[in-house]
Amino acid sequence: MITTQKTAENGVNVEALLGAREALSKAPEAAQFKWRATCKWMNGTHSRSTIDGFYGLGDEHKHKTQFTFDADHPEVFASEDKGATPVEFVLAGLASCLTAGIAAVAQLRQIKLRSVSATLEGTMDIRGILGADTDVRNGFQGIKVIYNIDADASPDDIKALVAQSQKRSAVYDIITNPTNVMVEVQ
Amino acid sequence: MIHRVGSRGKRYITTVIIGAGHAGLAMSRCLAERSIDHVLLERGEIANSWKTERWDSLRLLTPNWQSRLPGYRYRGDDPDGFRTMPETIEFIERYARVISAPVRTHTEVISVRRSDDGYEVAAGEATWHCDTIVLASGACNIPQVPALSTAVPAQIATLTSAQYRNPAQLDGGGVLVVGASATGAQIADEIHRSGRPVTLAVGEHVRVPRIYRGRDIQWWMDVAGVLDERYDQVDDVVRVRNGPSLQLAGYPDRRMIDLNSLAQIGVKLVGRVMGINNGKAQFSGSLRNVCELADLKMNRLLGTIDEWASANGLHSEISPPHRFEPTRVEASPPLGIDLTHGEIRTIVWATGYRPDYSWLEVPVLDHKGHIRHDGGIVQYPGMYLIGMPFLRRRKSSLIDGAGDDARDLSARLASYLSRRKRAFLQARQPRHGMASPRLI
Repeated sequence: MITTQKTAENGVNVEALLGAREALSKAPEAAQFKWRATCKWMNGTHSRSTIDGFYGLGDEHKHKTQFTFDADHPEVFASEDKGATPVEFVLAGLASCLTAGIAAVAQLRQIKLRSVSATLEGTMDIRGILGADTDVRNGFQGIKVIYNIDADASPDDIKALVAQSQKRSAVYDIITNPTNVMVEVQ
Repeated sequence: MIHRVGSRGKRYITTVIIGAGHAGLAMSRCLAERSIDHVLLERGEIANSWKTERWDSLRLLTPNWQSRLPGYRYRGDDPDGFRTMPETIEFIERYARVISAPVRTHTEVISVRRSDDGYEVAAGEATWHCDTIVLASGACNIPQVPALSTAVPAQIATLTSAQYRNPAQLDGGGVLVVGASATGAQIADEIHRSGRPVTLAVGEHVRVPRIYRGRDIQWWMDVAGVLDERYDQVDDVVRVRNGPSLQLAGYPDRRMIDLNSLAQIGVKLVGRVMGINNGKAQFSGSLRNVCELADLKMNRLLGTIDEWASANGLHSEISPPHRFEPTRVEASPPLGIDLTHGEIRTIVWATGYRPDYSWLEVPVLDHKGHIRHDGGIVQYPGMYLIGMPFLRRRKSSLIDGAGDDARDLSARLASYLSRRKRAFLQARQPRHGMASPRLI
């Protein structure tokens, strides 16, 4: 099928995504990506992560610019608060992933978005990370995401956008399902 | 008869149909109408899967009136009832008799190979040489159990939905049922009512009511044309073909089965099983979203039905439109169960089936092991597939869908045979004094 190249009204190039899906279902090896980050301890609880490239489509890729992220703990943890806490990065990652998904699904479904905003809250009992109670987990007890979406669509169609975005979201999957993590020291 | 090792009886026939279930039989009837000689090779008996791979209390999910096959339909006095398995078997066996289907039972297909001018089917003691072949061996041959099942602790008994017969088979104590489509939901309901507390692991599912506005959901989908939706009209046919079955049951009292009805009797709902680590089953945190997806999808279907009812003047005759209560999901469903604690004694995998093509030595499978086909026309000349989900229409997975598919595919098969015959005759026109039959 030949389709004319157009950038979607929501700014997501859905044709390119659909083309990629079609191509990659025939060449699964090209679909293997490796996402990377490096991290350097600065001082105290402050660290700086750098992201500049990834592997995919059988090749190495560079981001247009190098991105750096400072992370730290807040002053209530007797830290210097030189950056967001790592768990807040997790919330930001989830929000960005779901929001990108909403825009893409809306484009595919021909729904014009006027505004999309999300508020996230992760609840945590810090007795877990402090080791004060071994029955308390370290991570979030739960995450609540609230979307406010203004779009040319019925409330149910908007709910369906958000539901479909969760179904296709990498970060949602990473958070809701277990992942093997291997940490080594060289 | 003398059988020698390495030498099988050779037989010639135009078409071999593999499998004598409802789909193979519908095809047989359509080929007979076109006077195409054929045979049905059946590994067991007619309606074999229905006889050997279903649990005791199962009833068809479609009402009696709906199982229409070419030249055959329900004539009893309970058109809205749901057949038990013995009734389903009887219905299919009677069809085979009514259409005088040439079935060879207990004839297991060992291999199907391409030959110079067709196919070679080794089955039982014979090798059949045929021009065309119809694969009607079904979509549900092998239970599909997730790889993580190997990590289930040894003290837990496990069985698949194909092995499940009734709750008395199971130990007392808790049961984890994995999968919440028609099969998983019904098995969970039955086991929980037997006094064994059930935890149901729920992934993506399709929620539909049994009865809507006083009519059966299958009636609505039939009249509104939903079941006739064609495979080339849907956005993503691969996704639809691999989707879960409707969460339905054919209970005599027509009650609705859904996650709310299961939670009501005390079934514990958890997310999809995503891992088993150190004896602990881990459930996905996506339960709320899969329920939301199912509720929204059901409401879209009901919206389609309401529109059809208005457009066709039925609105005033029947009860008014309404919506069902959204699926209730507790605030924080458990994310794991320790399988070594004794709370769970048995796991039932109701995680679907896949077809068995281990005998098919023609390269038509894709990397996922599915047959590459276009609406049942396999990408190998003279080979056809029938009786698979959404093969040509939404109803292709139903007994009721086999008729239209068989009519279409038998027409394609017949035109392939006549093209072949023309090519053969043309090739035989003497040219330079030599006949060189080239068929394709």
